[in-house]
Amino acid sequence: MLQRVYDWVDERLDITPMWRDIADHEVPEHVNPAHHFSAFVYCFGGLTFFIIVIQFLSGMFLTMYYVPDIVNAYESVKYLQGEVAFGLIVRGMHHWGASLVIVMVFLHTLRVFFTGAYKKPRELNWVVGVLMFFILLGLGFTGYLLPWDMKAYFATVVGLQIAESVPIVGTLAKTLLSGDPEIIGAQTLTRFFAIHVFFLPGALLGLLAAHFIMIRRQGIAGPL
Amino acid sequence: MSEKNHNVSRRQFLTYTLTGVGGFMAAGMILPMARFAIDPVLKTSSAGDMNAVAEVAKLTNEPQRFDFSYEQKDGWYTSEVTETAWIYQDGDNITALSPTCTHLGCTVNWNANEEHPNQFFCPCHGGRFEKDGTNIPGTPPTEPLHKYVTEVRDGTVYLGKAEPQI
Repeated sequence: MLQRVYDWVDERLDITPMWRDIADHEVPEHVNPAHHFSAFVYCFGGLTFFIIVIQFLSGMFLTMYYVPDIVNAYESVKYLQGEVAFGLIVRGMHHWGASLVIVMVFLHTLRVFFTGAYKKPRELNWVVGVLMFFILLGLGFTGYLLPWDMKAYFATVVGLQIAESVPIVGTLAKTLLSGDPEIIGAQTLTRFFAIHVFFLPGALLGLLAAHFIMIRRQGIAGPL
Repeated sequence: MSEKNHNVSRRQFLTYTLTGVGGFMAAGMILPMARFAIDPVLKTSSAGDMNAVAEVAKLTNEPQRFDFSYEQKDGWYTSEVTETAWIYQDGDNITALSPTCTHLGCTVNWNANEEHPNQFFCPCHGGRFEKDGTNIPGTPPTEPLHKYVTEVRDGTVYLGKAEPQI
């Protein structure tokens, strides 16, 4: 049945070359844990992507109940994790995934560094990777405020003070982030929500695409 | 042993197990999120709550307007909602009608139009109803006014949900 649906589409749109191009390629021996068990270090990039996918999904579902408003934000989080079925699990996935993604990125970066995979001709991919690391940090920073509890609020107070400490543009940067020169409140929360849910994930998707296109074009770096 | 002696080849076995394990893991991810999303559909509603609205002693044969409020819980948001009922007593029967016009949802009033006394009148498109809520033919509404579920306890009228008469 599935095969016939596939054939029907393939006959009209010729999709086989498309997915072959993306998915059908050999895994070199030095990257295959079946040959050398130590090659499991090559899994960290994929695991990072896997967790990012979980973050996207669980985040999408969380916005079904969450409101970025100072009066209701805390109450809506309390409601979704306390009264909606599996709310604690879905929020937990997003919460723990946020930390785990940083761990995975760190391990992935270590592997790339110690195998020298960043060297010519792959310098650009390293740059894109570092940009994505910064975006993930930004996602962590903006997401932390959204539950609008004491911990969230004071973490953001400190974070914005760090932004303010930058010479010359510090005050501007802080106001740009918090939406108000003095108050960390209603406007800060909506701003952080917009950045967390639209701007940074959008940028992340673009850079992920660039990261993957480059690795397919250049192939995995050779053995040590 | 060559691969030909097996009904399931090594490649097939690997495909099955990997698909199974992968499917199990994907389900473990997707199921909590799906259940989370469809929760409003599966939540049992708090329908059946009755609210005290009026003393039976105050009711007359003429429909009177009674406002009543109750707490409405909407997720994390609780608010006080006010509803209106037109109630009259006919012998032992107590009838409580919803003031929402069955045409387009405006609010009807009893005896509000001098040309049509003793009827419910809707100001929006001139819809009219008899005292028992029956819509008058030739006016826009297509069904009678909705009727509240009514209950009398200790001389007090309790109202539930407004339900269609037909």
